[in-house]
Amino acid sequence: MLRRLLASGLLALSAASCQKQTEVERANEAGILLVGNSAEPKALDPQLVTGVIESKIIGALFEGLVADDPEDDSALPPGTAASWDHNEDMTEWVFQLRPEARWSDGHTVTAHDFVFAYHRMLSPDLAAPYAEMLYFIDKAEAYNKAEIDDFTQVGVRATDDFTLELRLREPVPFLPSLTRHYTWFPVPEHVVRRFGDMTERFTDWSEHPNLVGNGPFQLKEWRFHDVIEVERNPHYWNAADVGLNGIRFIPIENPYTEARAFLAGQLHTTYTLPPDLIDTMAEDYPEFLRQEPYVGTTFFRLNTTRPGFDDPKVRQAMSLSIDREALCEHILEGYTPARTFTPKMGTYEPEPVLDFDPEKARKLLADAGFPGGKGFPRYSMLISRPAARASAEAVQAMWREHLGILVDIQNMDWGSYISAQQSLEFDLASAGWIGDYLDPTTFLNMWTEGNGNNNTGWHNDRYEELLKQAALQADTEARHRLLAEAEAVLMEEQPILPVSWYSRNYLHRPEVKGWHPLLLDNHPWSAIRLEP
Amino acid sequence: MIRQILNRLGQGLLVLFVLFTLTFFLVRLLPTGPFKTERAIPEHIQAKMEAYYGLDQPLLVQYQRRLTNLVSGDLGSSLRLEGREVGEIIRQSFPVSLQLGLVAIMLAIAIGVPLGILAAWRKNSLIDYGAMALAMVGICIPSFVIGPLLADQFGRRLEVLPAMGWNPFSPVYWLLPAFTLGLISAAYLSRLTRAGMLETLNQDFVRTARAKGVGEARILFRHCLRGGLIPAVAYIGPAFAAVISGSLVIESIFAIPGLGTHFIKAMETGDEPVITGVVLLYGSLITLANIATDLLGLWLNPRLRTTG
Repeated sequence: MLRRLLASGLLALSAASCQKQTEVERANEAGILLVGNSAEPKALDPQLVTGVIESKIIGALFEGLVADDPEDDSALPPGTAASWDHNEDMTEWVFQLRPEARWSDGHTVTAHDFVFAYHRMLSPDLAAPYAEMLYFIDKAEAYNKAEIDDFTQVGVRATDDFTLELRLREPVPFLPSLTRHYTWFPVPEHVVRRFGDMTERFTDWSEHPNLVGNGPFQLKEWRFHDVIEVERNPHYWNAADVGLNGIRFIPIENPYTEARAFLAGQLHTTYTLPPDLIDTMAEDYPEFLRQEPYVGTTFFRLNTTRPGFDDPKVRQAMSLSIDREALCEHILEGYTPARTFTPKMGTYEPEPVLDFDPEKARKLLADAGFPGGKGFPRYSMLISRPAARASAEAVQAMWREHLGILVDIQNMDWGSYISAQQSLEFDLASAGWIGDYLDPTTFLNMWTEGNGNNNTGWHNDRYEELLKQAALQADTEARHRLLAEAEAVLMEEQPILPVSWYSRNYLHRPEVKGWHPLLLDNHPWSAIRLEP
Repeated sequence: MIRQILNRLGQGLLVLFVLFTLTFFLVRLLPTGPFKTERAIPEHIQAKMEAYYGLDQPLLVQYQRRLTNLVSGDLGSSLRLEGREVGEIIRQSFPVSLQLGLVAIMLAIAIGVPLGILAAWRKNSLIDYGAMALAMVGICIPSFVIGPLLADQFGRRLEVLPAMGWNPFSPVYWLLPAFTLGLISAAYLSRLTRAGMLETLNQDFVRTARAKGVGEARILFRHCLRGGLIPAVAYIGPAFAAVISGSLVIESIFAIPGLGTHFIKAMETGDEPVITGVVLLYGSLITLANIATDLLGLWLNPRLRTTG
């Protein structure tokens, strides 16, 4: 009896498998891309979110003034704006919108929608967490901090339905590239107002089925924690060139689950790949494995108000005794050893200074009054992700071996880990930073005094002076020279110890075409095609 | 009997009130908060956000406001997933956990109880040792080992079952997670059933029945099963409550949109309304499951009826 039951069960299973294609095969036929997207997005209102997860979906639903190029990070294909122009010192910009641009409900996208979006984003009452991204606009910061209350003073103006004028607080040569960030996207005034006041948070305007965007796709289905599906937006100005019929964003928080789902034919592309699976994948599935540079840096953040860490010599010594090559080879696979803090982007290339030199490190530590690590306080290093433990332990061993310094490792939940750093109640912490746009300032501005992301207790007048000078410089080459000089100051002082430059490791199916390595990893969904 | 039930329900309400109060104040002790993000939110904006949700009010005012809303059936809205009502979150994810839990517990009963009966019937035989060894394995190997192994085997190698995901209408999606989730209950059930059955099989009335020439099958199923199942039934109630309240591990391994993930995320971010909502839901479930178990126990064991 039991045997018969088992046999018929197995038979049913194999029958099911024979008639069934994998989900990827079915999706290929339907022209739908299956994307692993890590977690459920907090919301889809581009003005109220801050995460990468949200940005992926928002990039399908909305479009900025300038679009992303599928192959070239520095290319600036027109988006909602057909053309743009600026004055000589790059402080005044005029964007000419294309008259054929439409919202997904058929309404025309106008310059007033952009003005409305920036007004809403900067309104203190909306409390948009990422409003800072618009501070490049003249008086935007003052308005956001309620120091002025007349929005007409802020440097945004629609001179007619299709002309948007921006007046900036300083020369911003990379403004077109910046407008590709979702914080610069327009929102549909007529829809936002239908569901509440301009400054009301989380109204239903950005929920299914109300959400209206101007991107190549529109929201089709939103099953909470399960799937977000988008379909072609028939009103998109370039709808004829959109290659996919739809995209399914599937939130899979566990990266191992995601990898299994990919190999079982349930995804076209994964959000990530755990480092310990890289070797196996390289061996068994080389056709799926992708490892690409990504603008981000892992580093150790030091609390420079702690005795010992307040001495740049000690910080230098700790940095010189980290064997970054070994770390990247054995633990942070796919990552490259950091030679400075800002990773290479465009024409910006700061002096590569970081080195591994234990002997020099010991000498510096002795000079600082801790020969052989004697008398150095025992500090603890905060980590918040299990994946950070291996490299933390390796560095812990390097410091003990080369400097005689003992450091403990303390694992904390995410919130406590963040709180501890923001209130300077920590010694040192393992951390990472991903750039928002392709300009070195996205890595350098955070180390200024009072910046909410600094959290080291360190600031330096010369450093800030150099950043200020760079901000006033419209010439890219001269600007980069000043920024590189600022970076040299940062690397001389080392309130942070850079370890490695990020790589994006993920699994990707070969039938997905139009998907190329990009530093910011913002693949324009409209350019992607499925060719099984 | 009805008075007894009403009495228990009243006690349950009191428990829920205490649970709410404790949770509300304990969450405030967490060193974390829903507005802590990797990128620091500027102070003036953080203050606005707190004011928006009334978090700038004195604690007792907040407590009173939450309690009043709660009594009128409003669980509040999440602070982490801003704009989402706690009621909505529970409505969307609890049915998934409930369905998964039901399938899991049914699988557990279907596997565990017959295995236990079999082992008791052939005590100290190869069948007994085999069944109990299997149960031991089920208890000892954690689901985070079994789950990925099964998903890899059936998803990647054999390609017969999805390695992750959930579809309430398609049983192929239920099988692996429900089996993984139900395995430990199946193991306990088989051991409890075996013990219960053995105890009953040793009773005098069984010997009498045997002496009268009653068949083995009739003794086993007609005379012993009801009494032999008492320990198993006592276990099923709480196990059921635990299983349907969402398992973070299973949900994570199989990317299932259940309640467990919300609970853990809420804990990590100090999302008080969600934490309280889920705690109250679990509290009510456990209270109800216990009452149901007691009633079932009364039905199975006549002796309790006279003393109760």
